[in-house]
Amino acid sequence: MKNEGRMSRRVVITGLGVVAPNGVGVPDFLASIRQGVSGIRYQPSYKDLHFNSQVSGIPQFNWDLLKNYVSEITFHGLQGHALGYGIMAALDAWRDAGNIVGGSGGETLWETGCVFGSSASECEVVKKIISRVDAGEAKKLGSRVIEQMMNSSITAYISGRLGLGNRIVATSAACATGTQAILMGYEYIQQGVARRMVVGSSEHVDPYIFGAFDSMRILSRKFNHAPEQASRPMSQSAGGFVPGSGSGALVLEDLDFALSRNAKIYAELLGGACNSGGQRNGGSMTAPAAPGVIRCITDAVANAGVNPNSIDLISGHLTATVADALEIQNWCLALGRNGCNFPPVNSLKSMIGHSLSAAGSIESVAAVLQIVHQFVHPNINLEDPNPEILRQIDIGCLPTTMIEREIRTVAKANFGFGDVNACLIFSKYNQNG
Amino acid sequence: MDRRTILEELKKVLYPYTENKELLQHIDDDTNLVKDLKINSANLVDIIIDAEAKYNIEIDFDSAEKIITVGNCIDAIAEKIK
Repeated sequence: MKNEGRMSRRVVITGLGVVAPNGVGVPDFLASIRQGVSGIRYQPSYKDLHFNSQVSGIPQFNWDLLKNYVSEITFHGLQGHALGYGIMAALDAWRDAGNIVGGSGGETLWETGCVFGSSASECEVVKKIISRVDAGEAKKLGSRVIEQMMNSSITAYISGRLGLGNRIVATSAACATGTQAILMGYEYIQQGVARRMVVGSSEHVDPYIFGAFDSMRILSRKFNHAPEQASRPMSQSAGGFVPGSGSGALVLEDLDFALSRNAKIYAELLGGACNSGGQRNGGSMTAPAAPGVIRCITDAVANAGVNPNSIDLISGHLTATVADALEIQNWCLALGRNGCNFPPVNSLKSMIGHSLSAAGSIESVAAVLQIVHQFVHPNINLEDPNPEILRQIDIGCLPTTMIEREIRTVAKANFGFGDVNACLIFSKYNQNG
Repeated sequence: MDRRTILEELKKVLYPYTENKELLQHIDDDTNLVKDLKINSANLVDIIIDAEAKYNIEIDFDSAEKIITVGNCIDAIAEKIK
């Protein structure tokens, strides 16, 4: 069933870490996505700031826990939520993969690298710097500002803590960042550049980024009184997305490398694709071009060497905007499946909102968990499916409660501003290939 | 403020930047911040900024560059607060 041209190296997932609005740590997150628990909360400060939308998904994050992740000296002066989320998710994934943080005994792990993405610098942190400098007090900024303002700050902290010595790459591709970072890690292993990669992405939507999205009038603003109902992908009453924050991380390994150290194997990453619609053919800075999306999905399926009919679950991008119906149409065309022949499709965003650059990595953690535990998480707030979607696929493809069923292959895609697309194909690990 | 008092206060400033806290118990004028206390040299500027805030003083860049030992620190502080 594998493509003839596909290289022989197989890539497996051996570690997971997550910081999400509805669960910090894999056990809490797993319980929440099984039960359909929303992590969206009302934010009183957004009312004071005159935002139209006043809800968001922010992890219940205990900052002091980071003392268990970095040295006391590093912790002193650490700031930036996205950095904190990313460090926690990545190091949790590393430990989950059976490794010890700082356990390389002073050695550099030349075979292991890191691809970790983010979207924008944290304006709250930048604001403190601007205030200091404008007040003529640049001298008081200290030694810790630059290392935390670098676009590569998260990869620098992760790789330093773990002693990683292979490719260390900080990436950014808007809402496709997480998915793309995972694919890049996969490719480095496939190409034989690295044997193991820590991959993921991190996002913190601060009031300044939130305000800018609010001004675009693309956020959910009619459920400020009922925040848990505010994120409504694929529903007729969907009125925009709900920004979310958090981080997801995975440890990817060359199968032989994982087997040689007797690692537990969660799932296999069969392949994927990443492209752009070029902002042509209906694509723009903010809208994905259908031909690019379709090509990305078909390329991912071909790269993974799977039959489109074997996909058991689609983890969509599905942000709860007018683009949802178009996305379903693109999936139908790319997979050649529709009506009752379409697989179940779910959007984690119904529970945690859209965590932008972190969406792909958190949703990939969810995809792997659904394979490991053989279930489909519910789409919450989908009492009123969009009729445009129901013209394309059967209502049975839109589960609103958790379903236990055999899940062997999951397609996970994200699409970002700039007309960038990324799609991954995850599969249950089968030792016979 | 005598040098003894400044030394005790200085220990509090050095505390967050010193991995092995026990080393702070036996410091004296000759203790080298980087070699003896194993403080990351990049953090020396943070120690100076913290000391400036603590004593409400300004230590200029040239004076700061001469700070290598605990004694140098005390000298710089004592000179500004006298």
